[in-house]
Amino acid sequence: MSRNGLLRGGLFFASLISFPFLTTSQWLTNMFIFTLMYVALSSSWNLVGGYAGYPSLGHAAFFGFGAYFTAIVFQNSVGNGWPPFIFLPVVGIVAALLSIPIGYVAMKTRADVFAIVTITVLFMAQSLAFNLHAVTGGAQGKGVAVPPFDSSTYGRPFYFAMLALVALAMGSSMYFRQSKIGLSLSAIRSDEDKAHGVGVQVTKVKVVAFALSVGLTAMVGGIWAYYEGFVYPQFAVDPLITIGMVLMTFLGGRATLWGPVLGAFILVPAQQYLSYQLGANQFYLLAYAGIFLVTMLILPRGILPTISDKLRLKKKQKEALA
Amino acid sequence: MHLVVQALILGTLTGGVYALMASGQTLIFGIMKVINLAQGAYVVLGAYLTMSLFQWTHIDPFLLILLTTPILFFVGAATQWFLLRPLRPADATELSLLVTFAVALGLEGLMSVMYKTTLRSIQPGYENHSWTIAGYQVNEVRFYAFLLSIAMLVILYLILQKTKFGRAIRATVQNPMSAQLLGVNSNLVSAFGFGLGVATSAAAGAVFGLITPFNPGSHYDLISRLLTVVILGGLGSIGGSVIAAMVMGVGAALVSALSAPVWSDFTFFAVLIIVLLVRPRGMFGAKVRGAL
Repeated sequence: MSRNGLLRGGLFFASLISFPFLTTSQWLTNMFIFTLMYVALSSSWNLVGGYAGYPSLGHAAFFGFGAYFTAIVFQNSVGNGWPPFIFLPVVGIVAALLSIPIGYVAMKTRADVFAIVTITVLFMAQSLAFNLHAVTGGAQGKGVAVPPFDSSTYGRPFYFAMLALVALAMGSSMYFRQSKIGLSLSAIRSDEDKAHGVGVQVTKVKVVAFALSVGLTAMVGGIWAYYEGFVYPQFAVDPLITIGMVLMTFLGGRATLWGPVLGAFILVPAQQYLSYQLGANQFYLLAYAGIFLVTMLILPRGILPTISDKLRLKKKQKEALA
Repeated sequence: MHLVVQALILGTLTGGVYALMASGQTLIFGIMKVINLAQGAYVVLGAYLTMSLFQWTHIDPFLLILLTTPILFFVGAATQWFLLRPLRPADATELSLLVTFAVALGLEGLMSVMYKTTLRSIQPGYENHSWTIAGYQVNEVRFYAFLLSIAMLVILYLILQKTKFGRAIRATVQNPMSAQLLGVNSNLVSAFGFGLGVATSAAAGAVFGLITPFNPGSHYDLISRLLTVVILGGLGSIGGSVIAAMVMGVGAALVSALSAPVWSDFTFFAVLIIVLLVRPRGMFGAKVRGAL
């Protein structure tokens, strides 16, 4: 890792860590919690959707799984003195294990059909959340016990929990970029048959990346459930969450470390502002679709790769002139 | 036994409607190698269009199909021309799927703004009529819908097999490069083919609106079923998707009759998983590189 990169990462996390001590504004903290949530989500999505080029449309199913898991486990136990975030690793590991057979079946196919399988997983998860009344409470939703946090800084623990997941997701992303698994994934992305031919363990690598990505997503869902205090099937297993992850990754630049971060920092505040201004959920959909289409037509590779290409070109021109 | 036969009748009739929706989907995949995630949204759009026109003109919904089909044809052709054609070839395969997903969202948003999210249905007055034949109920609308689906499939078949345009489409499906070398304008063929595929959702939408209440979010239900149907039938094979649609229609109706309607959705999912595990190319699909 370059010195510049280290500096950038250090600055990014230092400013995020100091942020809650600079302001106690409720709405600002709230907005940052959601921004960090999407930074973590899109960075996790990027592990499979970006590096491997397998566009999963089903990540929201695992987000919902994490949310329900937390809601159910903590139904009665918070009052008994359990620290609220102690179960998160379990949520992540269970979701990752659960995703292995799903990933194995889905990854037998190529990108297009993979998208189909994962989107079907999402609908099935939604249907289960609505219909397994005994477990999920059906359409009435499920309450999560209120954690014993100080009310004046209520959001702070959630903020730091999200930040920890951001670090975990970005750390995985960075690890992917520097290790054999990342190389294998980008080989798969360019030409899977050739990658297989030169001895990349295609299936294993894909399934591992999927499990890691999905496990992180479920953990984010777990914190979200806590923060919201109530889990409804239509919000916990929501296609919009999937779309948010995909859109932010594409906007910032997929298969990059900072792309998903940039995408989330642009879109989440914009989304919060829009929902405040317009109030209606339906306009969101139009705005999302519009930004999505414009991104894909004008910036098909995302903001960061486009900029870095331009910079590299300029540098080359300068060198040629000198 | 009575229950099973009744479910068979219902399933066959519903399967015909799925066949119509899936044939458009398959056609689009065959020509452009794009899985159109917006097909369900086009069907719902077709349903809303029919509903609005029916409320406005009071012309029978089945006749209105003559009007809505060209509209949806142009919507489809425009989607291809303005949103899919400009993609750079290098990213086209990866991005086109997501573009159609964005189109689906956009249509859902547009319809939610225009019609709100309450459930609607098309009610020409005879939507609940049914005949009783040997003790079995045959719903009138579903029967007409079945006939209509067959008629549309025959028309589609004739267009593809007997016209020059159909020949250009089939040539593009078989080998886009040689088709282009022989003077087929592949951009036009793609736009027309996409339009034709989307146009089938006019009839499908009218029928869908007659047999079930719908709202803008209904396209999610439709698309997950349609995708199962086209994968079971084999991507790119229209005949395969028709047979798969009948199989799934009957299967889902049987599950729904023998257990509970909720589980009929899971029938689709289970079939999808089994197909992918056992025979990923579906019943009749050729092996398409890059798709499976």
